[in-house]
Amino acid sequence: MQKTTNQRAWFLVLPVLVLVAFSSVIPMMTVVNYSFQDSFGGNEFFWVGLEWYRDILRSERLWDALGRQLLFSGIILLIEIPLGILVALCMPKKGWLASLCLVLMALPLLIPYNVVGTIWQVFGRSDIGLLGYALADLGIEFNYAQNAVDAWVIVVIMDVWHWTSLVALLAYAGLRSIPDAYYQAAKIDQASRWSIFRYIELPKMRGVLIIAVLLRFMDSFMIYTEPFVLTGGGPGNATTFLSIDLVKMALGQFDLGPAAAFSLMYFLVILLISYVFYTVMMSSDKEEVRS
Amino acid sequence: MAAITLENLAHSYLANPQSESDFALKQVNHRWDDGHAYALLGPSGCGKTTLLNIMSGLLQPTRGRILFDGHDVTAASTAQRNIAQVFQFPVVYDTMTVGENLAFPLRNQGKDASYVAARVDQVAQMIGLEEHLRTKARGLTADLKQKISLGRGVVREDVNAILFDEPLTVIDPQLKWELRTQLKSLHREFGHTMIYVTHDQTEALTFAEKVVVMHEGRILQFGTPRELFESPAHTFVGHFVGSPGMNFLPVSIEGREAMLHGETIDLAQDYGNPEGETKLGIRPEFIRLSNDNGLPVRINRVQDAGRRKFVNATMFETEINIVLDADAVIAADTTRIAFDAGKISIFSNDWRIDGRAETPVKAGAS
Repeated sequence: MQKTTNQRAWFLVLPVLVLVAFSSVIPMMTVVNYSFQDSFGGNEFFWVGLEWYRDILRSERLWDALGRQLLFSGIILLIEIPLGILVALCMPKKGWLASLCLVLMALPLLIPYNVVGTIWQVFGRSDIGLLGYALADLGIEFNYAQNAVDAWVIVVIMDVWHWTSLVALLAYAGLRSIPDAYYQAAKIDQASRWSIFRYIELPKMRGVLIIAVLLRFMDSFMIYTEPFVLTGGGPGNATTFLSIDLVKMALGQFDLGPAAAFSLMYFLVILLISYVFYTVMMSSDKEEVRS
Repeated sequence: MAAITLENLAHSYLANPQSESDFALKQVNHRWDDGHAYALLGPSGCGKTTLLNIMSGLLQPTRGRILFDGHDVTAASTAQRNIAQVFQFPVVYDTMTVGENLAFPLRNQGKDASYVAARVDQVAQMIGLEEHLRTKARGLTADLKQKISLGRGVVREDVNAILFDEPLTVIDPQLKWELRTQLKSLHREFGHTMIYVTHDQTEALTFAEKVVVMHEGRILQFGTPRELFESPAHTFVGHFVGSPGMNFLPVSIEGREAMLHGETIDLAQDYGNPEGETKLGIRPEFIRLSNDNGLPVRINRVQDAGRRKFVNATMFETEINIVLDADAVIAADTTRIAFDAGKISIFSNDWRIDGRAETPVKAGAS
């Protein structure tokens, strides 16, 4: 079959290409440029080749931050996804109570990130914070500014508080889209509550849950503002995640070259993991359709 | 298996029903005998599905009782009633294979694995799913999915009844016929009470031994397909069953004669002098064309449908449908029609009345 080719279509996508060039490609190329050079005051640059990449890959710093980052994302996914589903299952199906729940659930999502950090920073303090004070009263020593475990606990709880609603709202939308006939059929088939969840609700929520996992993974992997406000990455480097480390390097020490190499590798890691997520999910999808 | 008795059932989807129009199901008294195949026929929105869901326990009736073999089960759950139901649109468990889908109701009852396997094989063979047993239910065609739904409906041997809620709506016409035949043979083989809801008269009349016709939340008639066709209890039944439906003429009755615009129609029975608004009903199949005797008509159009001819005519401003054999000749001077006296039904205030009685007896809903 003869296909007609029409090159004029390119003119139609040109505005988008220009926009993308200015918003992403050119800034990113600047970073690529920095990553191969050493800079001195007075705007002097020297070509150093792959030196910064070798440095970063050899430094403990990146690997430690990456390890903490993976651990953090893993923990919050393990908590937020099941908790979100549970909350969605418990929410009322209709009526004013359902609307009220939706509004309440949406509230944490509307609070600016640095305010979330501040809220928990105050909340956890043992002198003036409700949580810290109550814990101290119960005789539990809790000091996120000095104890690394405490710092992790409060950062994780903060993230769970901030983002579980997102998972719950997505899961709730997925649940509401299940036709009544499925529940009726399950009743007729004498299915248990667990079977209903396992064979009807979970498969029907699959699509929204994939989105929830991807969103929460990418977002938590890039987390910066809240832990920065809450713990500043401390105590020591205990809660220094990748982006906190990156900002320290780029702005604190003004090491533009290494920071550029770092951020490019950071970017590649996110790309890689997202790609793996995507292919794994898509392949399991295909497998089911094929068989 | 059980006989199911419905006592004064009424249902409203509103919390506080006030008038009769708030009720989807107005007043139903009926008994389904054990081990028969029934059809529940009626137009969309007449309360068929409501009635079915009340029997299976998915809905609690606003009023009335349901008895299984004389035991009150009105408050019992679906599981306690042990009833199977197949819905209008296919419901399959996506992540399971076809075989697991069929096994699901049995496994939920904690049946023995070897029994489950044997029974699933048997059912799969009966409805033609044996090649698909190991494939995932997801991504199958609507036809196959509905077969799975049907299979899950019939897989339990000890159910009290199997309810079908317009189960063949999404199925291709050819497969429809095949599946309906399979359901009938399942019924013969296992003898479950089957209740089949449909708005399609062909489906109802070919599936069931006895048909219940519903209209606006009430049961109008309960009878064999032949009874529905030949002696409808209500003008609605006459109109709804048959294609085209019964013809109705507003007449006045005096004994063995019906009067219409000065013309006289002979009746086979003596109807006395019935009260109320009287109508004469005649099936299109029992009208003959003639050119000398009978009532004057004007023929509007003739449609040749191969096996039969459909004639549309006007008589005293009333439209009349006539069905003739394919080889019937319609002469150019045909201006009259005659009725087969024995096939005429007489209705008073829309309910059928029978002849020969001194005072007409209302043939109400059974």
